Amino acid sequence: MTSNLLGQGTDPLALAERWVGEGRKVALATVVETWGSAPRPVGSHLVIDSEGNFEGSVSGGCVEGAVVGEAIDVLESRAPKMLEFGVADETAWQVGLSCGGRIKVYVEPVA
Amino acid sequence: MDIELLKQANAERAARRAVILATDLETGAATLHRESDPRTGDLGAALTRAFDSGKSGSVEVAGRQLFLNVHVPPARLVVIGAVHISQALAPMARLVGLDVEIIDPRTAFATPERFPDTALSAEWPETVLATRPLDAFTALAAVTHDPKIDDYPLEAALRANCFYVGALGSRKTHAKRVERLVAAGLSEAEIARIRAPIGLPIGAASPAEIAVSVLAEIIGALRTRASRQMETLA
Repeated sequence: MTSNLLGQGTDPLALAERWVGEGRKVALATVVETWGSAPRPVGSHLVIDSEGNFEGSVSGGCVEGAVVGEAIDVLESRAPKMLEFGVADETAWQVGLSCGGRIKVYVEPVA
Repeated sequence: MDIELLKQANAERAARRAVILATDLETGAATLHRESDPRTGDLGAALTRAFDSGKSGSVEVAGRQLFLNVHVPPARLVVIGAVHISQALAPMARLVGLDVEIIDPRTAFATPERFPDTALSAEWPETVLATRPLDAFTALAAVTHDPKIDDYPLEAALRANCFYVGALGSRKTHAKRVERLVAAGLSEAEIARIRAPIGLPIGAASPAEIAVSVLAEIIGALRTRASRQMETLA
């Protein structure tokens, strides 16, 4: 029982719809799998536009920066992408999922 | 994701209806599944489980890896009666994650002192439910013992297809209630959805214990919604 507040501007899916309506290029990132102590549950969203604006959360702040960068690539290529972050992965360690969990994030364009 | 699909999903969510967005992670193709849609086969079974648990996750169906993102509205509990049981039930239900509201037109009962931190209306259920209607993701527990207060919301809850409808009272009291609801035009099948006597039979001996039995019954009803829906259709 989550408390997504539709209509209050904080709901990523509602925001994605609104941003597309405003003519922005929008990508949607979704946590599709977690292992260990991942900070955000499966199904959590981050919505990103081509300017790098974003709302929502896929990791409570650990990897959002990297996801935003990848999302801008996805918006250029128009092809969805699967990202993996975790302590086992050196790059991911650098972007900082230091809580010990691992997550898989699916990034796709909304259009 | 297709923007039209997103718009449809958002419209359903805003209307407090459950949906699942199923995405093929290989191709990116997505489909929207409403709870009212027919569900068959392996995908149908996976959707039913996901609607019940409210948990998102991946499933393999016919060799395809599908990600099911489940959007279930936050469940509410409306309690008719600002009585002892409700004083115990309100904080417990909040712990479980339910949005709780207590309605009782008797101003001596419905006081903020008796119900700290709880949404409370010292008005008739008819008045409150007109502005905040019941729906399929709302549980209603009527615990005043007074037909003048309980009957209307019980009838409204059955018509709104609340996932849980419970009424306090002995079997004798309930038999009389059934007669009144039949006279009000409700079918036997609809009336049979009322849990009466209210609560799981755990031998509850105090208001707080009755509250535990009611809350457990509500959770059971919430977590089996979609499977019960399938049984009704079968």
